[in-house]
Amino acid sequence: MNRIQKLFALKGRNILNIYCTAGYPHLESTIEIMKALQQYGADIIELGMPYSDPLADGPVIQRSSSIALANGMSIKKLFEQLKDFRRRPSSGSVGEAVRVILMGYMNSVLQYGFEKFCADAAAVGIDGLILPDFPEYEFEIEYGAIVNKYNLDFIFLITPETSDERIKKLDSLSSGFLYAVSSSYTTGSDKKPGSAKGYLRKLKSLRLKNPVLVGFGIKDKASFDAACQWAEGAIIGSAYIKSLENSPNVNAATKSFLSSKRGA
Amino acid sequence: MLLVGAGAERLGKKRIIAETGAGQHGVATATVCALKGMECIVYMGEKDMERQAPNVARMKMLGATVIPATSGSKTLKDATNEAIRDWINNPGDTHYIIGGVVGPHPYPDMVARFQSVISEEMKSWQFFEKTGNNLPTHVIACVGGGSNAAGAFYHFLNEPSVQLIAVEAAGEGMSSGKTAATTQLGTPGILHGSKNLLMQTEDGQVVEPHSISAGLDYPGIGPLHAYLFESGRATFLSATDDEALAAAFELAKLEGIIPALESAHTLHALTMMKWVQEDIVIICLSGRGDKDLSTYMKHISL
Repeated sequence: MNRIQKLFALKGRNILNIYCTAGYPHLESTIEIMKALQQYGADIIELGMPYSDPLADGPVIQRSSSIALANGMSIKKLFEQLKDFRRRPSSGSVGEAVRVILMGYMNSVLQYGFEKFCADAAAVGIDGLILPDFPEYEFEIEYGAIVNKYNLDFIFLITPETSDERIKKLDSLSSGFLYAVSSSYTTGSDKKPGSAKGYLRKLKSLRLKNPVLVGFGIKDKASFDAACQWAEGAIIGSAYIKSLENSPNVNAATKSFLSSKRGA
Repeated sequence: MLLVGAGAERLGKKRIIAETGAGQHGVATATVCALKGMECIVYMGEKDMERQAPNVARMKMLGATVIPATSGSKTLKDATNEAIRDWINNPGDTHYIIGGVVGPHPYPDMVARFQSVISEEMKSWQFFEKTGNNLPTHVIACVGGGSNAAGAFYHFLNEPSVQLIAVEAAGEGMSSGKTAATTQLGTPGILHGSKNLLMQTEDGQVVEPHSISAGLDYPGIGPLHAYLFESGRATFLSATDDEALAAAFELAKLEGIIPALESAHTLHALTMMKWVQEDIVIICLSGRGDKDLSTYMKHISL
């Protein structure tokens, strides 16, 4: 059982996954933000590797990505920052508990070298990968074996438009959890995820192998709680990035953002 | 295009989106939407809306909404990003009519087939009547994403005697950092849902392209063209902004035809090849230059 699977087995419900863009707001913010997210209650951190043309992302994450790139972030730089991030002797340790997933787009991963990427991710203590523009076919025939070799979870995305047959297929190829896009949106959309209730109820009835986290459009306690009624938890991205936008202190911003989500 | 519109209608789609560089594809899409009474939204780079203002006006007159893409270099790649994002947000009622031979499968294949009317016409009785031959020796077309070239090459792909020549935009020169010559500077990469050749950094970030012509100002190339380049079936040349301008002025004076800036790149290739008397060359003059008059006027020497 991988670490992400263990988390779901132990905690089961109300899993909170927070997205942040590596190298945003400052190049050296990455570890500080991860520490704060772990400290204030995130179960999973989805660490975005900034890309010049992030097709699945709305304006907020697009902006954070271009700022991170201008700051000098790259996959190579990110792995340097992440070296020993779980067990640093100094105060720089993020700790073992929080699960960390790398999210990004295929092109930058391919240029880095897919196997090298998986090896380096596993070596620093990454638990899983989300690559939204990775086609299922190529994963199945070629790349899936590499991901498995390094014991990483791979999470596919589904939307309300995905057919039942394809959902089952993507569920069988995924491990850790399945990422249910609340509606067919790019990230940061204002449309209400409540309208996706029928779809989330349907997912329950499909008896999937993996637990489900709901993402896209989750921004506050109400939308988080609504998602948790039908799924094992939810993913917040744009709303958190927005809260970092005008904040000089990422720790304080993370604390205030997460306490409002957990209702503490 | 009418066929595509009818297809979208049959799928029950109410809303059509498209991306456009020079505005030619946007105008074609707006036209069929006007005819079919469908809502039409065209994404176009902010910079392209300025330099191709007549086509923006034509689209608007045809009832389309033109939305500027304001990210990146504000050109075709960015317009395509926005169109794909729109489609992700509106998958139910919207059909995306891609203009380039780019995008996820089966789009590059579909667009190449639609554009293949160009080479169908090139192979017609008129060609035989004019030349006494069934086949040309050379077909030349310009390549940004590569739709007109895909159409011009399509029916000659399996005619090995026909040399296919693709002309890319070298912008301000190959080593200027302001170019769109993808095959010369690109490496295998993924853009807009297909693996092709891509101008990118070592880290896999897309490099913003440059060309004087909006239609060629794209950092990738359709997968068909990437294959034609790597297999050697087509020869890839390039023309700079200045060379394209000079070719456009020369054609206007010699033949009385004002070509589009994209097609002007194609004409420059004529000066780069060695020809013999027996050669029969077809140039795909993919657009007229009315839309480019503001650029031509800046460079005209009367």
